[in-house]
Amino acid sequence: MLSMSTNNLSYNDQGGSDSAVEVGQETTPTSSNAGAGFGLFSTNFKKNDDLKEMLESNKDSLKLDAMKRIIALIAKGKNASELFPAVVKNVASKNIELKKLVYVYLVRYAEEQQDLALLSISTFQRALKDPNQLIRASALRVLSSIRVPIIVPIMMLAIKEAASDMSPYVRKTSAHAIQKLYSLDPDQKEHLIEVIDKLLKDKSTLVAGSVVMAFEEVCPDRIDLIHKNYRKLCNLLVDVEEWGQVVIITMLTRYARTQFTSPWKEDGLFEENSETAFYESDEKKTKNGDEKKSYMMDPDHRLLLRNTKPLLQSRNTAVVVSVAQLYWHLAPKHEVGVITKSLVRLLRSHREVQYVVLQNIATMSIQRKGMFEPYMKSFYVRSTDATHIKSLKLEILTSLANEANISTILREFQTYVKSQDKQFAAGTIQAIGRCATNISEVTDTCLQGLVLLLSNRDETVVAESVVVIKKLLQTQPTQHSDIIKHMAKLFDNIAVPMARASILWLMGEYCERVPQIAPDVLRKMAKSFTSEEDIVKLQTVNLAAKLYLTNSKQTKLLTQYILNLGKYDQNYDIRDRTRFIRQLIVPNEKSGALGKYARRILLAPKPAPVLESTYKDRDRYQLGTLSHTINTKASGYLELSDWPAVAPDQSVRNVEVIEPVKEWAPSLGKTGKSKLSKSSDDKFYSDSGEEKEKGSGSSSSDDSSSSSEESSSEAESDEEKSSSQSSEESDKSSSQSEKSSSESDSEQKKTTKKPPQKKTVKPTAKDSDSDENGNVAKETSSSSAEETSSGSESGSDADSHSGTERKKKTKSKAKPKMEVKSTKEVSLLKEVSLLDLDDFTPTPVTRPKMSVLSPSLLGDLEGLSLSNISSTIQVSGPAFVPEKSHDLLHRMTGKGLSAQYQFPRQPCLYQPTMVSVQISLTNTTDHPLEQIHIGDRDPTGLDMHCFNAIECLLPEASVTVSLGVDFNDSTQAANFQLCTKEDQFSVSIQPAVGELFLPATMTEQDFRKEQGKLLGMNESSATITMAAENTTRQPISRQVATVANLGVVPSGQDNIHRFAGKTASSGALVLVTVELRELSAALITINTEKSVMGPMLLRDLKRALAWA
Amino acid sequence: MINSLFLINPSGEIFLEKHWKSVVSRSVCDYFLEAKEKALEPEDVPPVIHTPHHYLISIYRDKLFFLSVIQTEVPPLFVIEFLHRVAEMIQDYFGECSETVVKDHMVMVYELLEEMLDNGFPLATESNVLKEMIRPPTILRSVVNTLTGTSNVGDTFPTGQLSTIPWRRAGVRYTNNEAYFDVVEEIDAILDQSGTTVFAEIQGVVEACVKLSGMPDLTLSFMNPRLLDDVSFHPCVRYKLWESERVLSFIPPDGNFTLMTYHVNAQNLVAIPVYVKQSISFFECGSDGRLDVTVGPKQTMGKTVEGVMVTVHLPKTILSINLTATQGSYTYDNGTKLLVWDIGKLNPQKLPNLRGSLSLQAGAPKPEENPSLNIDLNIQQLAISGLKVNRLDMFGEKYKPFKGVKYITKAGKFQVRT
Repeated sequence: MLSMSTNNLSYNDQGGSDSAVEVGQETTPTSSNAGAGFGLFSTNFKKNDDLKEMLESNKDSLKLDAMKRIIALIAKGKNASELFPAVVKNVASKNIELKKLVYVYLVRYAEEQQDLALLSISTFQRALKDPNQLIRASALRVLSSIRVPIIVPIMMLAIKEAASDMSPYVRKTSAHAIQKLYSLDPDQKEHLIEVIDKLLKDKSTLVAGSVVMAFEEVCPDRIDLIHKNYRKLCNLLVDVEEWGQVVIITMLTRYARTQFTSPWKEDGLFEENSETAFYESDEKKTKNGDEKKSYMMDPDHRLLLRNTKPLLQSRNTAVVVSVAQLYWHLAPKHEVGVITKSLVRLLRSHREVQYVVLQNIATMSIQRKGMFEPYMKSFYVRSTDATHIKSLKLEILTSLANEANISTILREFQTYVKSQDKQFAAGTIQAIGRCATNISEVTDTCLQGLVLLLSNRDETVVAESVVVIKKLLQTQPTQHSDIIKHMAKLFDNIAVPMARASILWLMGEYCERVPQIAPDVLRKMAKSFTSEEDIVKLQTVNLAAKLYLTNSKQTKLLTQYILNLGKYDQNYDIRDRTRFIRQLIVPNEKSGALGKYARRILLAPKPAPVLESTYKDRDRYQLGTLSHTINTKASGYLELSDWPAVAPDQSVRNVEVIEPVKEWAPSLGKTGKSKLSKSSDDKFYSDSGEEKEKGSGSSSSDDSSSSSEESSSEAESDEEKSSSQSSEESDKSSSQSEKSSSESDSEQKKTTKKPPQKKTVKPTAKDSDSDENGNVAKETSSSSAEETSSGSESGSDADSHSGTERKKKTKSKAKPKMEVKSTKEVSLLKEVSLLDLDDFTPTPVTRPKMSVLSPSLLGDLEGLSLSNISSTIQVSGPAFVPEKSHDLLHRMTGKGLSAQYQFPRQPCLYQPTMVSVQISLTNTTDHPLEQIHIGDRDPTGLDMHCFNAIECLLPEASVTVSLGVDFNDSTQAANFQLCTKEDQFSVSIQPAVGELFLPATMTEQDFRKEQGKLLGMNESSATITMAAENTTRQPISRQVATVANLGVVPSGQDNIHRFAGKTASSGALVLVTVELRELSAALITINTEKSVMGPMLLRDLKRALAWA
Repeated sequence: MINSLFLINPSGEIFLEKHWKSVVSRSVCDYFLEAKEKALEPEDVPPVIHTPHHYLISIYRDKLFFLSVIQTEVPPLFVIEFLHRVAEMIQDYFGECSETVVKDHMVMVYELLEEMLDNGFPLATESNVLKEMIRPPTILRSVVNTLTGTSNVGDTFPTGQLSTIPWRRAGVRYTNNEAYFDVVEEIDAILDQSGTTVFAEIQGVVEACVKLSGMPDLTLSFMNPRLLDDVSFHPCVRYKLWESERVLSFIPPDGNFTLMTYHVNAQNLVAIPVYVKQSISFFECGSDGRLDVTVGPKQTMGKTVEGVMVTVHLPKTILSINLTATQGSYTYDNGTKLLVWDIGKLNPQKLPNLRGSLSLQAGAPKPEENPSLNIDLNIQQLAISGLKVNRLDMFGEKYKPFKGVKYITKAGKFQVRT
C-alpha cells in the first residue's frame, strides 16, 4: 500500500483540483490503458508491480512492453514516479528503443527522484564520449534535462565539451543545454556566456538558431557578442531552419535598433497619424538638417534588410511575420510596402494565424493606411469567420477608411449591421461612428444611417446606435436638433438602459435646443423613475437639474419630485447624487457660494469624446510579439530601443584581419547587381555567395575578394594570424598538418632545379608575403581551414567550396602545388580535417552526395567550376560566346530533321571533363517526328552524355538540347547516330581546338610562374603581322576569345596580352601570350603540355589575328 | 519557449500531456476550459489567453484543441505554427488526426513530441527527418515487429538533419520513379444578393507527390508565370531562381508535400463558375418563410462542375423546414440549424433547385438578416486562373521519371449573401 499512498500524494501536488477525479479514475479496474493482462488486477499498485516485474525480466521485449505502458501513463498525465528504481536500471540497455524510452522517462521524473537519478549519470557521461553523434547528442539532451542541482558541474563540463564537438548536431544540443543549465542555476551565467560566445562563432546553420535562442535567454543584453557575428548571421539566415530564422530575426531587429541610425528621418512622411512624432521630426529637422541630407544607410543595415527579404516567401507564417516586423521597425518608410502582400497572404492561413496577423495589421494600419488600402477587400468579413476575427477585420476596415473608399466601406458595413451575430453588429455601429468622426464628409450620412437603425428591431443594435449618435452629436452639437427630437420620440420604445441614459443625457445637454420636448421627457421619467435602472435614474437626476437651471418655470415641481424620489432610493449612489444636486441648485442658506456656479458646473461645455481605435497604443510593443498580442508586457519581453542619435562605431562588426568597411560596401553593391545574372542560389550557398560572384565577376578584384573571404570565414583568421608571422614556419607547419610534405619537397626541388626562374619566383613570393597580408599563410592554411569552414557551414557544397579553394590558391604561390595535387591529395585533406575537431562537420556521407547534386544546379554553374579535380587555377565564365553554329545534319539528308550545333562554352552539367554542346533540332517536315535520340557512337568508347529522348517534335517546331562530350582533349570528331523513330543519321561534331578549353583566371605572377614551367617543347610560338585594327587590347582579346575559350589574364604591360585556360578533359594549362612588337609585328607564344593542341591553337590564332 | 502541450477533446478532457521543461500542473488548463465554456463555438475560443503565471496559446483543429503553455515572451505565431505542425505530423504518420488515433498511438506520439522539441525549441519538424528517427506504423511492420521484436525507432542518424537539404533523406530507392503535381486552385468569393461579385480572388497551391530515387533535381516551369502574384515556397525551392527566371528549381522531399502556394494577380478578373439564384423570405405576419435556391453554371470553361454543395446556417428561430430538391438531397440538423444540400454534378440542361417553406418558432420575430449560402464545388482538369505547367525537367539522376500534372478548381470560402 505504500506505493499507493505516494501515488496519491504526488497527485495532490500536481493535479490540484483534478486530483480527486484522477485518483478515482486510477483506482477503477477498467482503466483503459491496462492491457488485456491487466484486467485481472484490480488496483493500481498491483499493476505497477506487474510493470516492475516486467522491467526486471531478462527479455528486452518484455521490458519494452513495460516501458511503453509506462510512457503511455506519463502521456496521460498519470503518475509513474514510483517505478523510478526499476526503470533507471535499464538506462544502460543495449536496445536502442528501450533506451530511448528510459531517457524519456528519466527526463520526466529525475527532478522528483534526485537521489536515484544520480545513479544514471555515469551512463550518460560514458555516452557523451560515444563515437555515434546521435548517442552523444541524446545523452547530453537527457543529462541536461535532469534538473538536479548537484550535477551542475558535470553539466557545465559536458556543455563545454559538446560545444566544441565535431558534430554540429551535438553542438546544437549543447546550445539547448545552455538554456537548461541556466534555468537550473543562474549563477553559471558567466561561464555559459563564454560558451555562447564560442558557439556564436560557429558557422553551421544547424547551430545558429539554437545558440541565438540561448543568447536571448541567458544574456540578451550582451549585444557586444553579436558584433563580430552579425554579418555571418545575416548571410547564413536563409539556410537556417525555419524556427531558428524567427529567433535570429527577432534578435537582429533589436540589435539593429541599437547600432544603426534611423532611416526614417529623411522620409519626411514620418508617422502619418501621430502628431507628436510629427513635431518631433520637425524639430529634429531644424536641429540637424545637414545631417539628414547626408543620411547614408549603413551597409550592414542594408545587408540585413536584403537578406531577410526572401524569407517573406517562407511557408512558415512565423518567419513571414518576423520579417514583416523587422521591416516595420527597421526599413525606411518607403520600403515597408514589400511586406504587405505577404501579410495579406497569411490571412488565408489557419484561424489562429489570422488572428495574430490581423492584430499586427491593425496596429500597422493605424499608422500607415496606405499600406493595406489596396487590399481592403481581403478584410471583408464572412459570416463564417470567428467572432474575434470579425472584430479585428472591422477594426482594420475602419482604420483604412478614407474619403475615397468610405462609400464602399459603408456599403459593406450595412451588410454587417444586419448580421445575426448581434455583438458583431454592435461593433459595426461603433465602427461607423468612428468613420463618421474621422471623415467629416460622411458624418451626416452616417448619422442619418444610424438614425435609421434606431427603428431596428434588435435592442443591442438600437442601444449601440444611440450611444454612437450621442457621441457624434457631441462633436457637432449646433445642428441636428431634429435628430434629438427623433430620439426623444423613440425614447418610449427603447428599453436598453445604456441607450435610455444616453438619450436623457443628450436631452439635458442640449435642452435649450429642444425646449418643448425636454420637459416632457422629464415628465415621463418622473412617472417611471422608480422602475428604471440605476444608470437611467442618475441621468434623470442630471436632466432634472439641468432643466431646473435653464427652464425652472416649467420644471421646478418635477425636479423637486424627482429629487425626492431619489432621496429615498435604494442605491446610495443615487441618494448621494440627489443630495448633491439639491444643494447645488436649490438656493437656501447653507448652499453658500457654490450655488452661483451651479450653471457653470452643470452646463459646462464638454469636450467631444474621441472615437479611436483600441489598437492605437499597441505600437509600444514590438510587432509580432506575445506582448503585442495580449497588450501587456509579457515576462521576458525585451524592449526595442530607440534609434541612437549617432551610430555606434560600425567597425566593431568588421571581422578581424583586414577589410575596412569601404572596400566591403562596393562589393555589396556588386552582389546585389550580379544577383540576377548570376542567379546563384543563395538558399544553398549563401555563405559563399559573395566569393562566387567575385570569382566570376572579375579577376582583378583580388583584394576585395580576399577580404570578403575573410569576412565570411573568421575561423581562418586565427590561423592566418599566427601563420603570417613567419611564412617559412607556417609553410612547414602547414605542410606537416596537411601531411603532404612531398608537396613542399617538390616545391623546393623545382626552385633549385631552375636557377634562372628562381629570380622571378622569389620576389613574387615575397611580395605576396608582405603586401597581401600573408597570402602565403592563407594559402597554406586555407587547405585545412577551408575544409573546416566548408564542413561547418554544412550548407556548403563541394562546388562552391572547390571554387573558393581554387581561387585562394591562385592568389599566391600556389602554383607548385598544382602538379602534385590530385584527387589523392583532396582525400588526404579530408583525413586531416577529420582530426580537426574544432570546427568540422563530419559528413563524409553528404560530401559525395553533394557532388552528385552540384552538376545539376544550373543557376550556380556560371562562374563556378565543376570539377573536383583539384587545380590551382580557377575556372571562370567564358569571356565571349560565339554565336556561330555549325551544321550537324542538313534537312535534306535528315529527311526533314535538321540539326545544328554550337558550343555554349559553359562548363558541362554532367561531367566536368566534358565539353558541352548545344544542339538545336528542327522539324521541317509536315508530320511530327517521334523518339529523337542518340544511337550508336564512334569511337564506341566515346564518353558522351546524351540528352533525354525527345518524345515528339511537332512540324515546324524546334527544340534545343544539350550534350556533354568528352573529346579527351583532341580535335577528333565525335561521331554518333542521331535517330528518330524511323531513321538513323550518322552525324559528327567536329570541335575547333579552341572549344576544348575552359577559361581560367589567374594573376600575372602566377601566369609567369606557370609559363616558366612550360618551356622547351611545351612552348610553340610564331611571329605574325597583325592586322591594322588589332593593335589594342580590346580587339585582341576579342579575337582570341572568338578562336578559343580562354580567360584574360590582367597584364601590367600594354604591349603584352595574356590569356589562360585549361583543357576540359585533363585540366592541363594552356597559356597564350601575344606580345606586340614594333611595326605591327606580334609574337604569339603558347605554352601547354598538350603538345598537339599547342600548334593547332597557334595556327588558329595566327589566322584570326593576322587576317581579321 | 514552449513549456508544455496538452491535447484536449471537445468535451474538455485532457487526454495527452507533454512537458519539455519543468512539469506544469494541468490545472492551468482550467483557464482555457473556462474560456471555452464562454465561447459559443469552439472556433471562437481566443487563441491566446493570458493567465497570472502562464500564457496559453491554443489551436483548434480536427475537433481537437492543442494547447501549449508558455512562460516567457515568444512570438505567438511561432507557437501556433508549431502546433499546426504537430497536427500535421500526426496526420502524416497515422493518416488522420483524431482523438482515437492519438490514444491508439500514445507512445509513438509522445516519442515524436520528444523529438520535435528540445527544451521547448523545435529540433526536428521535417517529416522526412522524423520518419527516419521514428518510423511510421504500417500493418506489415507491426506484424514484423511483433514477430521479431524489432522496433520502430531508427538507430541510424537521420542523414537529412546534417545535409544542406534537411527535408530529403538519403538513399531513396523506387522501382517506379514518378512525380505528380496537383495544381489546386480555390476561388474565394463573396457575392451579394444580386449576384454581383463583391470580392473574389484565386489562390492556388501546388501539391506534389514525388517518388524519385536518389537525389533528383527538378525544375518546374509554367507557361504563364506572370499570373502568379504572391507566392510562398517549401524551403526546398530556390528563391533566387524564381526571382530571376520564374522557374521552380528544387530538390524535392520524398513523398507528399506542398511545393508552393500562390495568389493570382488581382487585376485579372476572376471567373465565377456558378451563379446562384436565391430568395429567402420571411413573412411579416405569421411564422412562415420561403426558401428557393437555384444553382447554375456560369463561366466553367466548358468543364462540368461537380461536387456542388450548398450549406446554410439558418437563423436560430427556425422551427422546422419542409423543402424539396429537384436534384441531390438535403440534410438538416435541427440542433445546429445547419442545412446542407448536396447537389453533385451540375447539369446545365436541368438546373437543380431547392424550394419549400420554413416555419419559425411561434411568436419569434422575423429574422433580421437572411442567412448567407456557402457554396462548395470542384471542377476537374481546370485551373480557373489559366495557369499551366509548361514542363518538368530532372537533373542529377539518369533514369527517366514518370511525370504527371493534374488541375483542380475548388470553391474556397465562397459565400453568397442573401
